[in-house]
Amino acid sequence: MKFLLQRLAFYVFTAWAALTINFFIPRLIPGDPVTSLINKFQGQMSTDAINSLYVLFGLDKNASIGSQYVDYWGQVFHGDLGLSFTFFPTPVSEILRQSLPWTIALVGITTFASFMIGTSLGVLAGWRRGSIMDGLLPVTTFLSSIPYFWLGLLAITLLAGPDSFFPSSGGYEPGLVPSWNAEFIGSAVQHSLLPAITILISSVSGWILTMRNMMVTVASEDYITVAHAKGLPERRVMVSYAARNALLPNVSGFALSLGFIVGGTLLVEIVFSYPGIGYNLFQAVGAKDYPLMQGVFLVITLSVLVANLLADVAYLLLDPRTRKEG
Amino acid sequence: MKTPVLEIKNFHVDYGLGDEAVQAVRDVTLTLHRGEVLGLAGESGSGKSTLAYGVTRLLPPPGVISGGSVVYHPPSGDPYDVMALTDTELRKFRWAETSIVFQGAMNSLNPVHKVSTQMLDVIKAHEPQLTPQARIARAQEMLKLVGISADRMDAYPHQLSGGMRQRVMIGMALVLEPQVVIMDEPTTALDVVMQRQILAQLVELRERLGFSVLFITHDLSLLVEFSDRIAIMYGGRIVEEARSADLYKDSLHPYSEGLLKSFPALRGARRELAGIPGSPPDLRGMPSGCSFHPRCPQAFDRCSAEIPVLGIPSARNDPNRSVACWLPGRTA
Repeated sequence: MKFLLQRLAFYVFTAWAALTINFFIPRLIPGDPVTSLINKFQGQMSTDAINSLYVLFGLDKNASIGSQYVDYWGQVFHGDLGLSFTFFPTPVSEILRQSLPWTIALVGITTFASFMIGTSLGVLAGWRRGSIMDGLLPVTTFLSSIPYFWLGLLAITLLAGPDSFFPSSGGYEPGLVPSWNAEFIGSAVQHSLLPAITILISSVSGWILTMRNMMVTVASEDYITVAHAKGLPERRVMVSYAARNALLPNVSGFALSLGFIVGGTLLVEIVFSYPGIGYNLFQAVGAKDYPLMQGVFLVITLSVLVANLLADVAYLLLDPRTRKEG
Repeated sequence: MKTPVLEIKNFHVDYGLGDEAVQAVRDVTLTLHRGEVLGLAGESGSGKSTLAYGVTRLLPPPGVISGGSVVYHPPSGDPYDVMALTDTELRKFRWAETSIVFQGAMNSLNPVHKVSTQMLDVIKAHEPQLTPQARIARAQEMLKLVGISADRMDAYPHQLSGGMRQRVMIGMALVLEPQVVIMDEPTTALDVVMQRQILAQLVELRERLGFSVLFITHDLSLLVEFSDRIAIMYGGRIVEEARSADLYKDSLHPYSEGLLKSFPALRGARRELAGIPGSPPDLRGMPSGCSFHPRCPQAFDRCSAEIPVLGIPSARNDPNRSVACWLPGRTA
């Protein structure tokens, strides 16, 4: 428990540091968002309007950096991340609220599925090494070496098109209104299939390889021989003795990859024009949309931190040796 | 009359296949009787552990049992060959009839499971008809017998000391009350005080539970004191077999003699300690004839030409002894 509190304090500190950096970076960049917004409106703005824009963006020239910093924290806690330029005057938090579910649904589910499938296959491949399962290895090594964007583009070229079952872009049929009905969900699933499959193909092999190697290492441990000598059923030895122990490094890998779901989807969402966080970031970079970029970075930072915390908790649960007494 | 419980007959183990194969155990014939402690001694690489793994069919690849049989005599029913068991039968046989305590006391327990989990799953696998309470009671009782208090059931292996872990392993080995317990250097990782305690306890438990022990070690002094009979292994073969007292007082094979001279006697007059010159043979290129002849101080022409056969020594006429040596009065 004490250990967990220590970790928690560490993560709170990291979050504070990340948010503070997030506050200072835009203020250190030459030029400011308001200037670029003014440029966008081609100077057709009154001085009053410009001043109120500065206040709106939390860049009030009359306020000190200290009071700006305090205001910034107040805004963050209210979920107010400023206004986006690209989608002016939509608040950044609103944009993130719309795009986050798409990213989490697509990449979250596929990352989880990839981990489960890859780990299970890796367990089997490691346990029955020398069998047909070993034929899997060159294939997975090959697949894991393909750059993702190339795989995505290839999939679009070969499989997607006007007459194809697989749409080449978007998260759902353009004419539909997002809601919880069968038609919309069906369309969303149909749109997510191709990106999901390509993510799965390029990421599953990593899990297979690491899990197989860990299984091979663990299988030569003494306690595995003892488990065999005890006459336990083969399945129990494989799952409860070998896989259970081999899983530990993979679990932390999984937690880290959960953290990178949000940040790592950039390529997928660009290639498939998928309406998620990564695509937002892409648009924001293109339009010099600082508030949106800041918002996306904030989400990425927080998700990495939460994932790390989850990894710590999972490790505590899975490996008794990491638990400290008292 | 002594009744056999485990008969190893003409047992061969190779590592690898074909011409490249290394013969680690050759033509070993050894009988373990009911209720006795049979010691198996030899240098590193003499094939003692390989024999233990082979007998229980636990040899990791590339180990291959290339010949021989291991006949097990259950307390009731007909004897059967362990080598001929199907996978399911073998699984039932393991631990219930023959359990093993391994060399690595530290690594024999799975670090992520509690002691209780690891003790209960073996009872569950072999006696599924028992209720959970009965299983726990059995495990606790067994731990108490080996001197571990019942509340340690919930401990993880890393919370136990090396001696406690080995006690847990011994308790686990006895939990199904097997007929045979194979111990492969069970106390090598422990200090001598702990060694003595555990062995004393083992002797006591054997008297209560009546199992037989095949005790494998390189520590001949330990065996002399603790076992009923001793078999000496060299280069994959048994070179001498005798009652402990006979072997200690009157060893017939020059190798046994060399081993006995290499440790100090606990009682009696001081004597000169002498090692055995040379090093154990390379299993890939065994010397011709008796594999000990290059190191043997008494070797003569015949030793490098013919392999001596294990048999009753002609000079002793004692059916309980056998030796494989060409010196006069040994192999007939």
